[in-house]
Amino acid sequence: MTTGTGGANEPRVLVLAGGLSYERDVSLRSGRRVLDALRAAGIDATVCDVDAALLPSLAADPPDAVVIALHGAAGEDGSLQAILDLCGIPYVGGDAQAARLAWDKPTAKSVLRDAGIATPDWVALPQERFTELGAGAVLDRLLSRFGLPLMVKPAQGGSGLGTSVVRDAAALATAMVGCFAYHPTALIEPYVSGMDVAVSVVDTGDGPIALPAVEIVARDGVYDYAARYTAGLTTWHTPARLDPDVARRTSGVALDAHRALGLRDLSRIDLIVDESGKPYVIEASVAPGMTDTSLLPMAVTAAGLDLGKTLATLVDRAVVRG
Amino acid sequence: MTTGTTLDDYTDRYARRMRGMTASEIRALFSVANRPEVVSLAGGSPYVAALPLDAVGAMLGALGSTHGATTLQYGIGQGDPTLRERICDVMTLSGIDVTNGASPDDVVVTVGGQQAIDLTSRVFLDPGDVVLAEGPSYVGALGVFRAAEADVVHVPMDDEGLIPAALSEAIAAVTKAGKRAKFLYTVPAHQNPAGVTLPDGRRDEILSICQAAGLLIVEDDPYGLLGFDGETVPAFRSRTRDGVIYVSTFSKTFAPGLRVGWILAPHAVREKLVIASEAQILCPSAFAQATVAAYFETMPWQQQLKTFREVYRERRDVALAALHDLMPAGTRWTIPSGGFYIWLTLPDGLHSKDMLPRAIAERVAYVPGTGFYADGTGSAHLRLCYSFPPPDRVREGVRRLAAVIEQEFALRSAFGVSAGASRPGAVTWTSGNAGPRSSRTADAPGPETP
Repeated sequence: MTTGTGGANEPRVLVLAGGLSYERDVSLRSGRRVLDALRAAGIDATVCDVDAALLPSLAADPPDAVVIALHGAAGEDGSLQAILDLCGIPYVGGDAQAARLAWDKPTAKSVLRDAGIATPDWVALPQERFTELGAGAVLDRLLSRFGLPLMVKPAQGGSGLGTSVVRDAAALATAMVGCFAYHPTALIEPYVSGMDVAVSVVDTGDGPIALPAVEIVARDGVYDYAARYTAGLTTWHTPARLDPDVARRTSGVALDAHRALGLRDLSRIDLIVDESGKPYVIEASVAPGMTDTSLLPMAVTAAGLDLGKTLATLVDRAVVRG
Repeated sequence: MTTGTTLDDYTDRYARRMRGMTASEIRALFSVANRPEVVSLAGGSPYVAALPLDAVGAMLGALGSTHGATTLQYGIGQGDPTLRERICDVMTLSGIDVTNGASPDDVVVTVGGQQAIDLTSRVFLDPGDVVLAEGPSYVGALGVFRAAEADVVHVPMDDEGLIPAALSEAIAAVTKAGKRAKFLYTVPAHQNPAGVTLPDGRRDEILSICQAAGLLIVEDDPYGLLGFDGETVPAFRSRTRDGVIYVSTFSKTFAPGLRVGWILAPHAVREKLVIASEAQILCPSAFAQATVAAYFETMPWQQQLKTFREVYRERRDVALAALHDLMPAGTRWTIPSGGFYIWLTLPDGLHSKDMLPRAIAERVAYVPGTGFYADGTGSAHLRLCYSFPPPDRVREGVRRLAAVIEQEFALRSAFGVSAGASRPGAVTWTSGNAGPRSSRTADAPGPETP
C-alpha cells in the first residue's frame, strides 16, 4: 500500500477496489480515480484489493473510514458492508440492508413499485425454471405477456454485462443464454423507449440532492460494455437535454428511489424517460463507477463540485456516524 | 446549458488501423484470472520458478556492478555480437548452423518474439497484402498483421499441423482473387494454440509448395526446443538458406521478463530489419541482452532445457489425464508433443467466448478460440495452457472446466441454442474423446479411442 499525505487530524481512508467480480477491471480503475481525488483533496488515502489479507490488515491497522469502489457482488451485495459493520469500521455509502435491496434488481424493483415509483414491468426467472418447464413454453409466455422489444439482463450485476435488447423473437433464446452466463437468474422487462439518463444522488449533510442528470447517447445505440468504457463511443450530455419540468420530475423520482431503497451518502439511479416525459427507474447502484467514463464523476463536475472534496465530506460523515 | 462530450477529443485523428479497438468484456474478465482463487489455464507463461533463481540473481547483480558501464549503456541496433553468437549456438539444436548458412551476422536481436514478428511485417507487408497463417494461429501475430492492415487467410490444420494440400488450395485461391500473399506465417513446432507439430515429411512438402509459389515462410519457433518426445524436428530454416525468415525468443526457454528474441534472415532482409528496428526502438536493451548472453555462457542451459521439458511434460500428462477422466462426451482435444498448449473442441453447439463468464464464476480461465482466428471464427474451440499452474491445480482447473461445459451444454440444450458447428472446412481434430488417439504420443495418458 502506498500512503498519501494528509494533515494530522485528517481521517485515514482505505479505498477498496478490485475483488473477484466480472467488474474487477472497472473497479480497479474506479479505485485509482477515488484515491487520486481523495489525495488531491488532502486526504491520507490508500487503496487495496479485497482478498484474504484484508481482514488481518483491518484488524492490525484499522482505517478511520473505508470508501468502497468495488463493483459487482464483492462490493454491492451488502456482504462487505456487513463485514465492515462487524469490524466496527465506518464506510461511505448505503448500509448492508440497503445495498442488499438495491443490488438484486428484482428486489429493488419490488421496493420501488411498492413506493409508487415507476419501473418497467418485469419477471425474474432462474435458469432452472426453463429447464424444468421447457424453455420454449416459458419464452412464449414471456413474449405474449410483454411483446417486443424486451430487455434481458442478469438479476444481479452491472456494466451492461449479459444484457441484451431483444427485438426479434428468434433472438430471445440466445439472449437468455448470454444472460445466464453472468448470473443464474434473469430479469426480463418490456423495453421502454426513450432517453437514457443517470441521476447521481449525493448527501453531504443537508439531505440527499440530485446532481444534474447525465444523458447517455451510445454511438451504436447500445450502451454495452465497450460503449461504457471506451472514450469516444458514447456522447454524454450533462445536464440531460430534458424539458425543465421533466428534468425536475426525473430528479425527484431519483431522490424518491434513493430514499425508498434506504440508500445514503451517494448513489446512482439509472432511468429511462419515455417520450411522454415519464421517468422509469431501471436500477440503482450503491457503489457507482468512478472511472474516467463513469457517470457520477461527470455529474459532480457538472454541479460545480470537486470529486475529492465531495468524497472527503462523505468520509467525514461516515467517521462521525461511526 | 447542456454540453455533450465523448470524453475523447482525438476521435477524428486516430489512424485507420485503430478503428474497432474498444474496451472488451473478455479483457475485463481476464483481469479476474490473475487472482490466486482462479486456476488460469489462459496465459502462456513459462514456469520461471524452475530456473536457478539464486544463481540468476547473482549473475544479474554482477552484470550491474561489474559490467554496468556497458550493460547500462545504449547498444547497437542489430544487437550485441556476443549474444548473436550464443543465439547461433541455440539454433544448432534446431538444425540451423553454418552448414546451412546461419551466421551471427544475419541475426537481429529483438524485444521478444513479438517485435520480431512486427519487424518482419513492417518490412514485408503493405495494407491489403495477404498473409497465410495456420487456422488457428498465434493471437499476438494476428494482432500484428491486423495493425499492418493485412488480410489473413487461415489454412486448415490437423493433428500434424498445417495441411499441405490446403496450403496449395489457399495459395491458388489468393492468386485467383488477384491478391498477393506475401508470406506464410507458421509456428511449426508445438504450435500455439494447437500444440501440434509438423513432422519432417510435411515440412519438406510445405517448403516445396512455398518455393514453387515464391512464397516466403516466416517460421516462428518459440517452442521448438520444448518437445517431449526426443529429437527436435529440424526447422524449416535448416532445410534452406533462402526463403525463410526464422523468428524465435528466449521467453519460453529462459525468461519472458527479459524480452529478448531474434530473427535470422537472409542478408539483404537483415539489412532492412536492422534499419526498421533502429527506427522503432533504436536498440534492444543492453542489460537484457547481456543477461541472456551470460546465462548461455555461464550456466548449464541445456540441463535447464531438460528441466523445463520435464516440468511441462508432467503438467501436460496431468492435463491430458484430467481431460480424459472428466470431460463430457463430445469434447475433443489435441495431444501436444511439446510446448504449453492443448486445443480443445467443445461439444457441438457450445461457444467458448459466451461460456467464459460462467468459467470465471467457477474460477477457471481459458482463452476462447475466437482469438486465434483473424475473422473471429473458432468459437467452438478454446486454448488451455498447462505450463504455469502446479499439476494439482491443472487437474483442478480441468475439473472446474468440465463442470462449466456440462452446465453450458445443459443450458443451451434447454434453449435449443447452438453456436454452430466448427469452422467450415477446417480441421477435424482426431484426438480426444471423439477420435483415435494420436500415434505420435503413445506414451501420453491421453483419451482412448471410443
